[in-house]
Amino acid sequence: MKELKLMKGNEAIAEAAIRCGTDGYFGYPITPQSEIMETLMAQQPWNTTGMVVLQAESEVASINMVYGGAGCGKKVMTSSSSPGVSLMQEGLSYMAGCELPCVVVNVVRGGPGLGTIQPAQSDYFQSVKGGGHGDYKLITLAPASVQEMADFVELAFELAFKYRNPALILSDGVIGQMMEKVELQPQQPRMTEEELIEKYGSWATTGKTADRERNIITSVELASEEMEAFNYKLQAKYKAVEENEVRYENYMCDDAEYLLVAYGSSARICQKSVEIAREKGIKAGLLRPITLFPFPTKPIQDIAKHVKGILSVEMSAGQMVEDVKLAVNGSVSVEHFGRFGGIIPSPDEVVKALESNFIEG
Amino acid sequence: MDIKEIVKEENLVYKKSMVLTDKEMHYCPGCTHGVVHKLIAEVIDEMGIQEKTIGVAPVGCAVFAYDYLHIDWQEAAHGRAPAVATGVKRLLPDKMVFSYQGDGDLAAIGTAETIHACNRGENIVMVFINNGIYGMTGGQMAPTTLKGMKASTCPFGREPQQDGNPLKITELLAQLPGTSYVTRHSCHTAAAVRKTKKALRKAFENQQQKKGTSLVEVVSTCSSGWKMTPAKANDWMVENMFPFYPLGDLKDE
Repeated sequence: MKELKLMKGNEAIAEAAIRCGTDGYFGYPITPQSEIMETLMAQQPWNTTGMVVLQAESEVASINMVYGGAGCGKKVMTSSSSPGVSLMQEGLSYMAGCELPCVVVNVVRGGPGLGTIQPAQSDYFQSVKGGGHGDYKLITLAPASVQEMADFVELAFELAFKYRNPALILSDGVIGQMMEKVELQPQQPRMTEEELIEKYGSWATTGKTADRERNIITSVELASEEMEAFNYKLQAKYKAVEENEVRYENYMCDDAEYLLVAYGSSARICQKSVEIAREKGIKAGLLRPITLFPFPTKPIQDIAKHVKGILSVEMSAGQMVEDVKLAVNGSVSVEHFGRFGGIIPSPDEVVKALESNFIEG
Repeated sequence: MDIKEIVKEENLVYKKSMVLTDKEMHYCPGCTHGVVHKLIAEVIDEMGIQEKTIGVAPVGCAVFAYDYLHIDWQEAAHGRAPAVATGVKRLLPDKMVFSYQGDGDLAAIGTAETIHACNRGENIVMVFINNGIYGMTGGQMAPTTLKGMKASTCPFGREPQQDGNPLKITELLAQLPGTSYVTRHSCHTAAAVRKTKKALRKAFENQQQKKGTSLVEVVSTCSSGWKMTPAKANDWMVENMFPFYPLGDLKDE
């Protein structure tokens, strides 16, 4: 049965994880996302769905526990915030190299270093450009509401299993901590081993039975020719992701003369900025990337044809702006506006930035 | 006598375990890894658990352990095998799970994962190959390198003030409430090999009985890293390694 609740984004992640039949969660506490594991532990899903929940000794351990569980073909996830996700980069590189599906939630806080516990979007590069060593990508979803925090858990698992690649939910301290109305899906049963094999094939380490060859989860290949061939395979996969999985949302873009591009909580702010700008007679629109990898390059190119300028708005010193620039390839002026280190920009600030960059003088 | 008259079923005194693959091992002559691989294969075979055993391989010389045992394997990042094994066992509690790690993997880069997996009492077997050196990368100092022992990163011998002390991680792990069986063996004589096999068998049986973590250390030789012949390496191990890493059970509950 669907259920309507008022809850925090972090709590919604936990609730959705149980309801979509997640097999395991491994995590380590860090602000501002600790409610995820706290909610799971309070729910004790091992008594209801059989879901495993374990507090690890570090993010290094939790991502490797995820690796082990994912290698068994299970729906396994972890969550953390920026410094913790940095510690997971080794494991994520290995998982991409082993083609293992998993879901990682990053409730981003300001950095670098220990930084601040306040919200930020300064982990964009780490999220969409690989993050660890080697040529790989994480399928990256950017929720902009508590509802999307809930909905994207199942979506992230679907994409992760479809492409056998880690998927990242790139949230931030605003979305994680704020409370909103959320409609929760009814409880789904966990997948059986047979269902998994039926849907995704037999590749997991579940014990080598007589009827199949043994399954080995590994990313090591010392023969350079083989390793290059494998890299070509990975790149073909990422190309397929780019062709099939782009998700975005347009807000008042049809007649827009100026385009704001923003994701997550910045997109929520920019929605208001568009309204303020339009009250002032500035025809602004907003494109909100929902997937950051794959990036909505084509939709931005299309809108770029009829706007005078694009402003990338991020709670960072300017990271996504590079992908916006790559998308339009010099055809229209692209500028960046951001507050960072834990500061959340106001809608008025964004409008001012739009005016100062493109309209005044 | 013609060879065909000798090679007969009734004359069979030894047979390679079916759990061992036919792949030629990459290990150096005199290396202990091959022997321990064989023993694990025999234990899996004799217990009839091939279809339910999942191995977790390390980074180090045994990185390709998965080439040699005919079971499902996961190859873990350096030092992370206990965390990976935790994930496997927690998600598939009815399967038999073991990690196979060297000293650098288990007692240096993976110390935290090792201690916490043991302290949680993860119901797994951990096989620990301790030869006091990094074989794969060319003979660098390991956490278990003895005082005065030479390695490429302590070419004049390990000097504790500069290099720190050798770590008796097995003694440390025996202190933890999560471990049920902690034992140290070797494979330098036929008798020692038999004892190691018995210990491995017991460790796997403990897992069947859900007793918590069982750790079997095998004090091993590295002829290449130690720059000795295999026979000399065995003698050197007896004279130098055994006094610091004495053989026997440290814990059996």
